[in-house]
Amino acid sequence: MSHNAHIPIGPYHPLQEEPEFYKLVVEGEKVVDVDVRIGYNHRGIEKISESKSYDQSIFIVERICGICSSSHPIACAQAVEDISGIEVPERALYIRSICQELERIHSHMLWLGLAGHFIGYNTVFMWAWKFREPICDIFETVTGNRQNYAMHKVGGVRRDIEKEHVPYILTRLNDFTKQLNMLKGAVLDDPVLHERLKGVGILTKEAAIDYAALGPTARASGVDIDVRRDHPYAAYDKVKWNVITREEGDVFAKTVVRILEMFESVSIVRQCLDKMPDGPIDSNPKDVPPGEGIGQIEAPRGECFHYIKSDGTNSPVRHKIRAPTYMNFPTFRETVVGETVSDATIILAAIDPCYCCTERMLIVNPADKNIMDMNDLVRLSQEKTQAIKDRYNIK
Amino acid sequence: MTIDAIVNDLNGKFGSKMLDVNKKSPTRAYIDIYPKDVSEIVKYMFKDAGFRFITASAVDDFDALEILYHFSHDSSGITVSFRALLKDKHDPHIDTITNITRSAWWIEREMHELFGIEFDGNSDLRPLLLPDDWPKGVYPLRKDFISPKRDSRKA
Repeated sequence: MSHNAHIPIGPYHPLQEEPEFYKLVVEGEKVVDVDVRIGYNHRGIEKISESKSYDQSIFIVERICGICSSSHPIACAQAVEDISGIEVPERALYIRSICQELERIHSHMLWLGLAGHFIGYNTVFMWAWKFREPICDIFETVTGNRQNYAMHKVGGVRRDIEKEHVPYILTRLNDFTKQLNMLKGAVLDDPVLHERLKGVGILTKEAAIDYAALGPTARASGVDIDVRRDHPYAAYDKVKWNVITREEGDVFAKTVVRILEMFESVSIVRQCLDKMPDGPIDSNPKDVPPGEGIGQIEAPRGECFHYIKSDGTNSPVRHKIRAPTYMNFPTFRETVVGETVSDATIILAAIDPCYCCTERMLIVNPADKNIMDMNDLVRLSQEKTQAIKDRYNIK
Repeated sequence: MTIDAIVNDLNGKFGSKMLDVNKKSPTRAYIDIYPKDVSEIVKYMFKDAGFRFITASAVDDFDALEILYHFSHDSSGITVSFRALLKDKHDPHIDTITNITRSAWWIEREMHELFGIEFDGNSDLRPLLLPDDWPKGVYPLRKDFISPKRDSRKA
């Protein structure tokens, strides 16, 4: 007779952007089924947006996510611009690209740190979050804020990048690249991490396509999609860069894709700063005619999609927002089932759902009253890494 | 592939089933279809024509509900949206597409709870975003829904 235990994870502690509730069904150490509930922090932003003006809705969508403070506003602005074909000045397009790439860097660094923590590499956690600081400093210098920059508006951007800031940005990017190189070596050349992450939580290419997975989650499974290249926006068609893909689909491949993408991002920011023409940054559009528009951008986690329907008034009839995690989330049905409990945390974290909100975990087994919390699960995960280290005789 | 090639291909395949084609720009097309043909067209787009399912979005048009199925052709950067109009707002029904792609799993649950649309053939329409004790028959994204909070503020 099979003896199933249920592990509820979450949903409390809504400090992060996405409180969620996972139910893992386990048989012994093996996960046999998984389900999720979301919506604990559902704020009804689509409904709120219907009662706000187009200018205001940019500020609202900026607050959807604590990390993507650039992705949602740009997607929203593009959707409004798409309704009537509003032209955006070239300099503003470059500034949008710069913001997007800096955001991608600090988002990927944040993920790398958390992933390190989950598998017991707290050094990676400390390093990644420390090395992320220069990027936040750049944002603070250029926009005035580390997060929620309020840089974007329909028809352009709200602030220019001052000439005297450019040398500062380049210096900080140089510092960052050195540190990223070191971190890349520490993570990708580590035999323990190879052992720990390779072959774990595989998302096959077929499943990635069926679930319409996006961003690094899809690219690590060999699905070669990137909105920046496929649906060119901002200044991405004016600079040279590569789309990073891997075939394996495991957690390691997702890590590789994110780390290598940061190098591309640095290169894009440098090229944009170099090529950026002088000129206006805002075309000051006035009216939005009736019609509908779509905005698609590549957020750090994948395509962010905004659909806006206008009736000619100052606020939208409908504003549909589809964030990338919405599509990446359900893939864990493929990746977690069949794996062990000690791998569940890193697999669920591998799609980068801002997982840290799930602070509370417990396992209740009525038979022996064995209760585990989040710390125990992280400990299990870290012990597995330690076992591998012992096998390799690494202190 | 250009947008004309895509529309011509669809015209050859579905001809009379496409009520209206609006080529809004070189990268965007909106195509009106009957709700009964959704399953067939989505199947062709996803399985045969190599499009990626972006998402679906429902809109309350006051007289009717409409659902847009957004598809992206990533290798040519073209987005095609199919619009199906559900005229009976009291009992809106449409076929599920979750048997074609699992990527529609969540969005159908979401449209079911926020707009009250029934997806025939989908057995998993549990609430996704709204709490379990949300009252039956109250659909927050419909235009006639007024937030209780906002009402009390007015009073």
